[in-house]
Amino acid sequence: MQVASMHFKARAHANLHDERLQSKLKRLEAKFVAKRRASLHEVDDFEATREAGKAIRNRALENLDVWLEAFERTATARGATVLFAETPADINALVLGIAARHRVQKIIKSKSMVSEESALDHAIEAAGMTVVETDLGEYILQINNYEPPSHIIGPALHKSKEEVAELFHRKHGTPVKTGIEELCHEARGVLRQHYLTADMGISGGNFFVAETGSVVLVTNEGNATLATTLPKVHVAISGIEKIVPTLEDVATLMRLLPRSATGQSISNYVDVLTGRKGEGEFHGAEHMYFIVVDCGRTEVLASDVRDALRCIRCGACMNHCPVYQNVGGHAYGWVYPGPIGSILTPMYVGLEKAQDLPAASTMCNQCGVVCPVKIPLPDLQRKLREHAFERRLRPWYERLGHVAWSSMAQRPAFYTLATRLLVRIMKAMGGKQRLIHRIPFAGGWTDGRDMPAPPGRTFRDQYRQLSRQRQGGGR
Amino acid sequence: MRVGLFVTCLVDLMRPSVGFAALRLLEAAGATVVVPSTQTCCGQPAYNGGDRKDARTLAAKLVAEFEDCDFLVAPSGSCSGMIRTHYADLFADDPAMSARVSALAAKTRELTDFLVNDAQLDRVPGRFDGKVTYHDCCAGLREMGTKRQPRVLLAKVPGLELAEMADCETCCGFGGTFALKFGEISSRLADNKCGHIAASGADAVVLGDVGCMLNIEGRLRRLGNDKQVLHVAEVLTGERPG
Repeated sequence: MQVASMHFKARAHANLHDERLQSKLKRLEAKFVAKRRASLHEVDDFEATREAGKAIRNRALENLDVWLEAFERTATARGATVLFAETPADINALVLGIAARHRVQKIIKSKSMVSEESALDHAIEAAGMTVVETDLGEYILQINNYEPPSHIIGPALHKSKEEVAELFHRKHGTPVKTGIEELCHEARGVLRQHYLTADMGISGGNFFVAETGSVVLVTNEGNATLATTLPKVHVAISGIEKIVPTLEDVATLMRLLPRSATGQSISNYVDVLTGRKGEGEFHGAEHMYFIVVDCGRTEVLASDVRDALRCIRCGACMNHCPVYQNVGGHAYGWVYPGPIGSILTPMYVGLEKAQDLPAASTMCNQCGVVCPVKIPLPDLQRKLREHAFERRLRPWYERLGHVAWSSMAQRPAFYTLATRLLVRIMKAMGGKQRLIHRIPFAGGWTDGRDMPAPPGRTFRDQYRQLSRQRQGGGR
Repeated sequence: MRVGLFVTCLVDLMRPSVGFAALRLLEAAGATVVVPSTQTCCGQPAYNGGDRKDARTLAAKLVAEFEDCDFLVAPSGSCSGMIRTHYADLFADDPAMSARVSALAAKTRELTDFLVNDAQLDRVPGRFDGKVTYHDCCAGLREMGTKRQPRVLLAKVPGLELAEMADCETCCGFGGTFALKFGEISSRLADNKCGHIAASGADAVVLGDVGCMLNIEGRLRRLGNDKQVLHVAEVLTGERPG
């Protein structure tokens, strides 16, 4: 996908003033936040389960090479082919190669965020094949000229049902529908014929299980089951970090994932797909491929933000993020928005193209406390801020501000004099109202807010005088 | 009990009344209060700005200023949180400093937490006639576990009624230099907060961090709203900005 993360501020500005989007974003609370909260009590000890989830993910990451080899071995033994993609271009080349080998004309896809990294759909179309997204949200975006997703589990979260109704009417040539059920029915009718005529199905992968060579798919619509079992070829694409050692590990992570994502005890469908269709079996693809994707992940693994690779893509961090809740997913300008996106995007596309993302956080840590695998997201954002500072990527005036303040604060005598002067000036600027309406070089503050003026004498000055009076016997 | 009062730079410059209120409360709790005269800033702006080196220098300075006290108390969840939960990270490669930092971290307290859990203060000097709502500042809440403590203390203030607002734990949008760098987003978050404050029907909003206070008060005033914004220490003592 094209990177637009360098335009974060401008895109956030536009979204803050897009009233239709703002009304959609208000749904996050009821749709995700409240439901998650209500579901936590179902697990005896949710905190301990988070801790267990973190340990499982860490165990996988600590010996990722070993687990990947184990996965390759077990999956191959079950008749699947395991391929590795180092770059986004490799993902597309591998998919096109598989398609050519099996003379594929039409491909259906269930949800895969990794395939967004490489803009796979465009590559498939450019090669002259048809591709149809079958996740309802992804389908809506596809027929709307490949609009980018704005949320990792609700890609069309920013769309209203009226917009979808109008879009279906325009693209399907059907009468305008009003109810969500009718719209779903219409999409189902359109998609069904594609399931029956496609030669290849592409899915993502929530987990790759090293023990069994399986891919686990966590979905609600049932489209993944159809897309991966009806066509003769199934290709599952996911990142190297999605490996978990055992099926039992998956069971623990599944106590966390749906609850953190949508507040469901379990998603409507959980597919565990192992190997190609064997002799005498009725279900499954005749040919099964895994594309295991690096695309920057080994660099993250070797970095000081490696904890981000624990992510199981539930979306809880963005659902609970006050910045995401107000600017929406498109502001972040690439595949993964919100707090986790503010780490992954700079790591995958380059910090110089996305350095605003880790900076655009109040560090309130609401994301950190809801993350099911305890990724310390604000700490990782700070790490990337350190990299940006070291590489001198931030604007000079910001750097100057930081350095000036710090060097002043390191010299108490100078600090006393400088702050004494500063608060006097600020008091004067505040006037009778005691409010400063405009501060030079601090428009970021005063464009939207006043600055309450200080009383003009610092605490330390007043305290010094008070102590002297106290020592002198009177107060 | 020798308590070092870390006033914090924002209180020192912008709202000295909070420092005097904290001083009164600590004395009321029976503490011998010391205010190291060379104290400045805990280093959080540098730390969150990615400037580790300056953050380390300021942290080392603060540790030296306060390590001989029985407690370090700050009228701020953000600055006490910086010391208690983040200083260790700055000195991970320095065993000698690490030991000093963890000793100081163990005795670092947010003001209301100290008053309730360490000093067990049972009477407060202030009085407030009216309804207040409480905003839980992020670092106090999520780093220092400050939630019940200010409410316990506010319940002791004669005449005061607490009316909780919706989303009282949602960030007000301050975020330190975030408020300057991403002013528009920050103002929107403050705006949402102001809406909840208004809906609570309270006469004043009370909180525990001066950064959030300047943000909320600044936005309220820009909107033409003159509702009082008070630090919890001011309410507990009756101190008001001079």
